[in-house]
Amino acid sequence: MKTFFAKHRSDLLLICALLILSGAMFLFFLGKKQEGAWAVVTVDGVETARYSLAEPGTYPLNGGSNILEVSKDAVWLSSANCPDKLCVNQGKIRFTGECIVCLPNKLTVTIEGADGTIDLVS
Amino acid sequence: MNVKKTATLALSISLAMVFSFLESQIPAFVSVPGVKMGLPNIVIVFLLYRFGWKEAALVSTIRVFLTSVLFGSGMSYLYAISGAVLSLSGMILLKKIGRFSQVTVSIAGGVLHNAGQIAMACYILGTSAIAYYLPFLIISGILAGIVVGIAAGILVKRIPRI
Repeated sequence: MKTFFAKHRSDLLLICALLILSGAMFLFFLGKKQEGAWAVVTVDGVETARYSLAEPGTYPLNGGSNILEVSKDAVWLSSANCPDKLCVNQGKIRFTGECIVCLPNKLTVTIEGADGTIDLVS
Repeated sequence: MNVKKTATLALSISLAMVFSFLESQIPAFVSVPGVKMGLPNIVIVFLLYRFGWKEAALVSTIRVFLTSVLFGSGMSYLYAISGAVLSLSGMILLKKIGRFSQVTVSIAGGVLHNAGQIAMACYILGTSAIAYYLPFLIISGILAGIVVGIAAGILVKRIPRI
């Protein structure tokens, strides 16, 4: 085994660095996690709508290309007109910072906290 | 460029395109956007080790362009090319350094491919919220890179030099 580690030292270092990086980012997002209050919809980078999680309902987004479902403790897209349906498969979100993305329609749904904490990254 | 090499590179392009198409037919098995096996990268890693970076870059660029024209849209071209360029540049650099195994080079390619696509998505969608998926995409890039690296290694060993 010693020869394996000695032979692949740089490989293992690089892979460990990547694992640590992704772990650190995961923990960073986890640390910021709190119950969300708003579902914010952006199309093409511009906020187009904002729904309170306290008001359950069904809302067509972006002229009906995607249907947003809001319930008391989760938000999800129930339908989309794109072929891959990745946004529908992304399931339910409820914590701040979580988001659903529909790449073909350039649409995102992001959860925000009550205090309007928006951008976790920048 | 002699005839045999031209034919081999042309064959590589079509093979990579078939892999792209196959991959697009596999339903997403996880709900994170962008998680893929990276099958076309088997061809690119093979070319990188068999011929060199010029051949790999040539085939990669043509592959991405033709795949987008045939199966995708202008938008999917932007995602694909940003992933491909970043991925291949990283792999060329790591291979040049010379201290990394073929599987590690392929892992770096997988991870950078995902990073490039996320960066392009942030730019196109105008929001950095999507970076939330980056940790998952790094892990999936590592796993895909291992599979691709091993497969390409077998090919380099088994396919006779022309």
